[in-house]
Amino acid sequence: MLIDSSPSPTSLDATLILAEHESGSIKAQTVSTVVAANHLGESSSVSLLLAGSGSSLQEAASQAASCHPSVSEVLVADSDRFEYPLAEPWAKLVDFVRQQRDYSHILASSSSFGKNILPRVAALLDVSPVTDVVKILGSNEFIRPIYAGNALCRVRYTGAGPCVLTIRTTSFPVTPITESKKATISQIDLSKFKEDAVSRSRYVGQSTQDTERPDLGSARVVITGGRALKSVENFKMIEKLAEKLGGAVGATRAAVDAGYVPNDLQVGQTGKIVAPELYMAFGVSGAIQHLAGIKDSKVIVAVNKDADAPIFQVADYGLVGDLFEVIPELLEKLPEKK
Amino acid sequence: MKILVAVKRVVDYAVKIRVKPDKTGVDTQNVKMSMNPFCEIALEEALRIKEAGFAKEVVAVSIGPSQCVDTLRTGLAMGADRGIHVEASYSFLPLTIAKILKSLADVENPGLIFLGKQAIDDDCNQTGQMVAALLGWPQATFASKVVLDKDKQSATVDREVDEGLETLSVDLPAVITTDLRLNQPRYATLPNIMKAKSKPIKKMTLEDLKVDIKSDIEIVEVTEPPKRKSGVIVSSVDELIYKLKNEAHVV
Repeated sequence: MLIDSSPSPTSLDATLILAEHESGSIKAQTVSTVVAANHLGESSSVSLLLAGSGSSLQEAASQAASCHPSVSEVLVADSDRFEYPLAEPWAKLVDFVRQQRDYSHILASSSSFGKNILPRVAALLDVSPVTDVVKILGSNEFIRPIYAGNALCRVRYTGAGPCVLTIRTTSFPVTPITESKKATISQIDLSKFKEDAVSRSRYVGQSTQDTERPDLGSARVVITGGRALKSVENFKMIEKLAEKLGGAVGATRAAVDAGYVPNDLQVGQTGKIVAPELYMAFGVSGAIQHLAGIKDSKVIVAVNKDADAPIFQVADYGLVGDLFEVIPELLEKLPEKK
Repeated sequence: MKILVAVKRVVDYAVKIRVKPDKTGVDTQNVKMSMNPFCEIALEEALRIKEAGFAKEVVAVSIGPSQCVDTLRTGLAMGADRGIHVEASYSFLPLTIAKILKSLADVENPGLIFLGKQAIDDDCNQTGQMVAALLGWPQATFASKVVLDKDKQSATVDREVDEGLETLSVDLPAVITTDLRLNQPRYATLPNIMKAKSKPIKKMTLEDLKVDIKSDIEIVEVTEPPKRKSGVIVSSVDELIYKLKNEAHVV
């Protein structure tokens, strides 16, 4: 594989965003990434790069063109090669697009998609990326959390190549859009896109939960259970409470390890980062690694039998009590969701 | 087949860190240091693969100051066959680390490189992906299960992604980064700790590996995050609901 190691001069204020889409529309985290791009510079032009294949890709491109007034262009790479988000072809695609036109910044959200692909892109470009950015102070200065969010690191990118970033989307909420604008949509000519004749990485399958519950990363309310729930059956109480409040269900690492819930519910340093208006933690002790995922919540409520549990140090409202009594009482007395 | 495992020495996961008053970084003097938990998991997986007969040798590598040797000795005590210590007087950016690992891979020719998905100090989650890019190898990140197929010379990897689990098949040689649930690392037994003292640790420098240091990111300052306002303990569910409704306005 070719590695472009010479830094090419980059044009000012042109941002490329690696977009995520599903079932014909752009994912919310991509729109947050557009919001983040606005902080890079006043006249920054924003191009969304969509890759995939078939009609759902083209539908997503159409929707992407009006997902945010800051988007000036949607680039579409339509090929079977991009049917699944494999890092190897996608990273090469970003490099391919960049060779057609320089970008000062290349962004993605710090979802598992962005985290998987962008560092590979950065290495191909021989630049150091800045990952999990929570604040943008200018075109080259950023703040990112370290030590599970117990410290904030302000960094300056001083390289010659494009500035590659992944964005923590809970730090860049999307405000309702009033302006309507449609960006241009261009199909990328992939005839010169070289890739290994035989792919060394193949998608085999996935197992995901089908749920009507709001997405954990963007829910207004999150109800989390810890290992104190003791069983898959008991965890249904958490789900009932989430349903009552129109919220998403979260879990601690211990609860996932114990098999009460699947891994995509894990909230914490190495799981999902959430920043809901209301976060309620039941039977959660409040380990450093869990707190890392919830610090930006507006209101934190903790219910735990142990008055000394560390979670009470971060909770806005704490109730020392048995969750097996508290949750049924809450279910009975809480008003229906707003 | 040889497996290369990169291990990092970090502040222990249970330590409550303190930001230095001069804002240059986090205080790591007199603080307990350990092998990064994800690196332990990476090493454990490599050892299991060797024990299953798929690999002949597990080589642990650590990059940093002389104390890295302690981390390597722990790795050797767990069961790695030999160690490589690449000397560095300060912390390199992940891209430089990746270049060092690439250079080592060019020399050692492993069939697999295992890394932890992220270090719990900088939380970067970059190095594995970068090593794969520099080598032109496939990558399987955030692995929660690895199954090798010796005949096909490939690995089937379950990955923890935002939506749940995704399964990929990658041809060897490949880079795999490990997630929490891949395995439970073993403790080094006392006999193994003793045995580890005679296992070789080779010292190397950046000059030996012909790697240039990449310094395109400067740390401007390190600060504490804003503290949350202290909360209150309520005495009943009724009081909680009242406050959530009338004070916080969230229900």
